[in-house]
Amino acid sequence: MLPETKETVGTHMESKGLVVRYGNRVGVGVGGGVNLPIYRHRITALIGPSGCGKTTFLRALNRMHDLTPIARVEGEVLLDGENIYAPGVDPVLVRRRVGMVFQKPTAFPTMSIYDNVAAGLKLVGIRDKRRLDEAVERALRGAALWDEVKDRLRTPASGLSGGQQQRLTIARALAVEPEVLLMDEPTASLDPISTQAIEDLLLSLKEQVTIVIVTHNMQQAARVSDYTAFFLNGEMVEFGATESLFTKPKDPRTEAYITGRFG
Amino acid sequence: MKRLYTHSGDRIFAWALLLLALGVVVLALLMAYELYQGGSLALKRFGLLGFALGREWDPVIQKSFGAWPYILGTVIVSLSALLLSFFPALAAAIFAAEYAPRWLAQVINFLLDLMAAVPSVVYGLWGIFVLAPWIRDQVQLPLYMWAAEHAPWLVPILGVPTGYGLMTAVLILASMIVPYTAALARDAIALVPKEHREAAYALGATRWEVMRMAILPLARGGIIAGAFLALARAVGETMAVTMVIGNSHKLPYTLFGGAATMPSVIANEFTEAVEDLHLSALIAVGFLLFWVSMAVNFAAAYVLRRQERLVKGVL
Repeated sequence: MLPETKETVGTHMESKGLVVRYGNRVGVGVGGGVNLPIYRHRITALIGPSGCGKTTFLRALNRMHDLTPIARVEGEVLLDGENIYAPGVDPVLVRRRVGMVFQKPTAFPTMSIYDNVAAGLKLVGIRDKRRLDEAVERALRGAALWDEVKDRLRTPASGLSGGQQQRLTIARALAVEPEVLLMDEPTASLDPISTQAIEDLLLSLKEQVTIVIVTHNMQQAARVSDYTAFFLNGEMVEFGATESLFTKPKDPRTEAYITGRFG
Repeated sequence: MKRLYTHSGDRIFAWALLLLALGVVVLALLMAYELYQGGSLALKRFGLLGFALGREWDPVIQKSFGAWPYILGTVIVSLSALLLSFFPALAAAIFAAEYAPRWLAQVINFLLDLMAAVPSVVYGLWGIFVLAPWIRDQVQLPLYMWAAEHAPWLVPILGVPTGYGLMTAVLILASMIVPYTAALARDAIALVPKEHREAAYALGATRWEVMRMAILPLARGGIIAGAFLALARAVGETMAVTMVIGNSHKLPYTLFGGAATMPSVIANEFTEAVEDLHLSALIAVGFLLFWVSMAVNFAAAYVLRRQERLVKGVL
């Protein structure tokens, strides 16, 4: 059930018949698997009540389920037309192209701010100090954190506030210049001002990266996203341009959710 | 105590807890005092420093007592055992926690627990009947022969290849303390929050890179604590060491030759110490051992506290 959208920028990622199982339980993909396009340089929001499978779907997009022994993934996820679950594809390389930011800020507490941002770059073997300095500054500016931390780059990251740490994790993810950034409720543990900062950041980031964001907060989805997919009980119920999904939902379940009748 | 506890049951319970907890402290202080009392004869005769640094231990002719050979032996044997066992133990912990399939991890964990539960006299017996003869014939003799021919300067360092000596004691002790380091390191690794592993994986880290970047820095405190616990255990280990170390306090120690530690001299000579001064000297060695163990434990607590502050709010 792909929506009839006139999207000129093209599909960046796409799931085809995607089903994720935990043992015998279907985590997401009830009713024939999830078919969902993710458009290049757009923000796609995944919404739905707790346990609906939106995070499970998100984690399938960069093969994070590989780390959970009981999780099995069926179907395809295409990245630039190539299936990331095809045999022989290295999940490490997939994750370098598809970055991820989590609900809880996960700055590495024993590393300095600088080393946190540079962590991903060092993984790909960049050691040149000039290049690292430039990339760190660019990433921190990109995450709107540079002005707050430029004088204390060498201090431990654990000294930052929760909102700053979350922007630091975004900077860390941006530093490796991923094509796609997956965000799992990135503002759920933050105060309103930090949330605002991160939402502004998302809007400015979509020039560079494709963003998929899981959110509990429908207002947030409406504010930042271009497209929205609504999940319920492991099924993707509806996908469409955010404005039309929120104003003219086609499925009665979507309407019930966005008007606040459940969840 | 504030008036938080208004019900008599609460108050009785709180007092009972306080008394029992104080009992532990009193016991420790009492032990230190008794050791000091028992050793005071020797400590007064030679002075605390003179006793600790004295190199002569002659209960028969000169009746002079200095604990230095035993202190030195304890330090050499326990630190070497720790160095030797630390990396294998850490590797076992990392493998069990992150790499091994579940069933294999369970087998490893079971074996580690078993290793910790084997009585040390059994290690000692194994040392006497298996390890010492094997080491003598397969390692020490060939090395000694080679050195005698090609590198004579090495001979005084190696010492007499008897099989019972420093090297055997270190090997036995190392295998005894592996489970302590490994178990604590394993638990510390398992305690690192899932989010931090995933964050590293999401950056495109490989398994080893995740280990180095996200897991080991956070688990460092527990790993170091395990090493200290193993060290404390090595310092105090008596039976197995006494059985294989060769019990010689002749300095300088050699790699193959006999040596002695503080616990081993106490175990060895206690039954023969008929003279007051000799007995007192042995108890004084126990007094010093008490402080050495205490120092190791305090050092461990200090390292742990610093590490906790570092990762505050994460674990």
